[in-house]
Amino acid sequence: MLLNLCIVAIKMIYKDFGNYGANIMKLMFFLSDTYTSLKADCRKGEGFLEKDALLTVRGLHVGFRINDRFYDAVDGVSFTLKHNEILAIVGESGCGKSSLATSIIGLHHDRNVRVTGEILFGERNLLELDDEEMNKIRGAEIAMIFQDPLSALNPLMRIGDQIEEALAYHTDYTREEREEQVMRLLKQVGIPKPEQTARQFPHQLSGGMRQRVMIAMAISCKPKIIIADEPTTALDVTIQAQILDLLKELQEETGAGIILITHDLGVVAEMADRVMVMYAGEIIEEAPVQKLFMHPKHPYTRLLFHSMPQLHSKDERLHVIEGTVPSLANLPRTGCRFSHRIPWIPKEAHEKHPSFHEISKDHYVQCICWKHFYFRKGASNNAARR
Amino acid sequence: MWKTIVRRLLLMIPQLIALSILVFVMAKMMPGDPFTGMITPDTDPARIEELKEELGLNDPLPVQYVRWVKNALQGDFGKSYTFQRDVASLIGERAMNTFWLSFVSVILLYLIAIPLGILAGRYQQSRLDKFIVFYSFITYAIPTFVLSLLFLYIFGYKLQWFPTGGSVDVEAEPWTLRYIWSRFYHILLPAITYAILGTTGVIQYLRSEIIDAKTMDYVRTARSKGVPMRKIYTKHIFRNSFIPIAAFLGFTITGLLGGSIFIETIFGYPGMGQLFVYSIAARDYSVICALVMLYGFLTLLGSLLSDIILSIVDPRIRIE
Repeated sequence: MLLNLCIVAIKMIYKDFGNYGANIMKLMFFLSDTYTSLKADCRKGEGFLEKDALLTVRGLHVGFRINDRFYDAVDGVSFTLKHNEILAIVGESGCGKSSLATSIIGLHHDRNVRVTGEILFGERNLLELDDEEMNKIRGAEIAMIFQDPLSALNPLMRIGDQIEEALAYHTDYTREEREEQVMRLLKQVGIPKPEQTARQFPHQLSGGMRQRVMIAMAISCKPKIIIADEPTTALDVTIQAQILDLLKELQEETGAGIILITHDLGVVAEMADRVMVMYAGEIIEEAPVQKLFMHPKHPYTRLLFHSMPQLHSKDERLHVIEGTVPSLANLPRTGCRFSHRIPWIPKEAHEKHPSFHEISKDHYVQCICWKHFYFRKGASNNAARR
Repeated sequence: MWKTIVRRLLLMIPQLIALSILVFVMAKMMPGDPFTGMITPDTDPARIEELKEELGLNDPLPVQYVRWVKNALQGDFGKSYTFQRDVASLIGERAMNTFWLSFVSVILLYLIAIPLGILAGRYQQSRLDKFIVFYSFITYAIPTFVLSLLFLYIFGYKLQWFPTGGSVDVEAEPWTLRYIWSRFYHILLPAITYAILGTTGVIQYLRSEIIDAKTMDYVRTARSKGVPMRKIYTKHIFRNSFIPIAAFLGFTITGLLGGSIFIETIFGYPGMGQLFVYSIAARDYSVICALVMLYGFLTLLGSLLSDIILSIVDPRIRIE
């Protein structure tokens, strides 16, 4: 949120001061970049020494069965998650970000979903493990926080029992020790009366409390990776901020790597170290958060930022991205998948077989169309009345 | 919770009053009277008139109704014209018979239906599931009387494994071991028939609840915690799937006294269902009214009982 305001403020300054402003801005960028990287390095402590990957995903395909054919919702995704890092995956609904996350923790239904590729966690490829071996990793080393905390909690089980369940399978604590641990966890996620809450049922808690319980459940066995699938989407705005703060705080304490799935760019700005933008099953841009927000390159990313309502802009129209994401079965599998949503960019501007280019350090963009992209003039085609 | 129960019980009073008026009027509107079946060409019409006068059947309806309610409130439901017995004691005896039959039937029903429902839901789309679904629809489609007669013919008549009627061996001394065994023995065949035919509802409910529960978010959460699938079934899925079954339990319990009209009539078992059919055929007003009132009361009680049971198993609707 803060970062957004900064961007807006900087843009205003830019307009007013022209070249002079641009220089100032460059300086500011430089300063803010140095500051945040310094801050990040301090926060990570020994992070310098363990640059090695916590999780490496290579060529991941997740296909869903539709009428006896598999259609890939995640189409050849590769990335790494480092220790102590919050990696955000952004994209609109149906772009495959949840499928991606679900496949990491191995929760896809076996018969109707086909997952291929490699998910390396330590030495092991998670896709080769059977259910029993996966159960030892799930909850213990990789945990997940879900979108809607009410439906994600068993309505008939007391809160305490639900948190205890994870401990029962992954630790050899006695019952008393587990109960103690539950109290400690509930306190840790900021629940004021842990004893009372542990005896309550999910429907007796507020939305924010429920999500805190989900988080307590996820961190109960000190996992190395936490996958947060839109953890704040079902919550109201004030609670969202609290939950995000809590997540960040816990991440700093435990040093876990977090994969944060969201479509809220504000959340990304506030939380993430690195961002991957997904479109139609592919990662189309990947960059450290500062770089992405300051210099978005891919047309999709730029249009996404462009479509965010700006508080200080006099523009009364809300910018939208034309068209819709094609459905899974109708998705074109060749060429730049975004091309048909930017029809004013000529076909020749796209690569025939788009590949991932590193355009500056740690900043990757899919396809070369970003070089030729411009916003279409004449808002009538490109914007909708608010 | 007690407050709610008392309030619900008080609410029953107006419902029962409305029911009693309806029942009384409808019973009286039936064509014929208690003597219709007994009239022979020799019967003296004056004698019938005399009897009618004696029994108060010629009084205006409101008068008859008030008289009936007054007596009923004192536990006197009048006398059965056909059995020449006190209605209360007649129903009491039949109710005991029916209770034992229904009790055994319901136990058998759950013993068959719950495992089948669980298996079908657990192994959805498997061959076993398809077989169970097939079975449950077959039994749903068979009319009660067809299967009853078939069983009666095969097991009662041809094989002579079971008695073909009655509720107890006439030679048995009351409450000896032989008497109790004999009663159970008489109950068994009708109970099995009832249980086989009644399983569809429970199987289908349980199966679809389990299939639904499998895709619930809380199951995914449990999986993400590393809980083995086997444990997820026992700890998460089954408990949630039993809620609708538990909700029916109240009606099932009060239904124990209702009896099955078909089963009892066909198996010649002297229970409430048989009595009901018989008393309607004989225009035995006092018995009909008492029975319908009892059924009505049991239904109301059953819905209250169901709500109480539901609030025990499901914390979301717990009555505070």
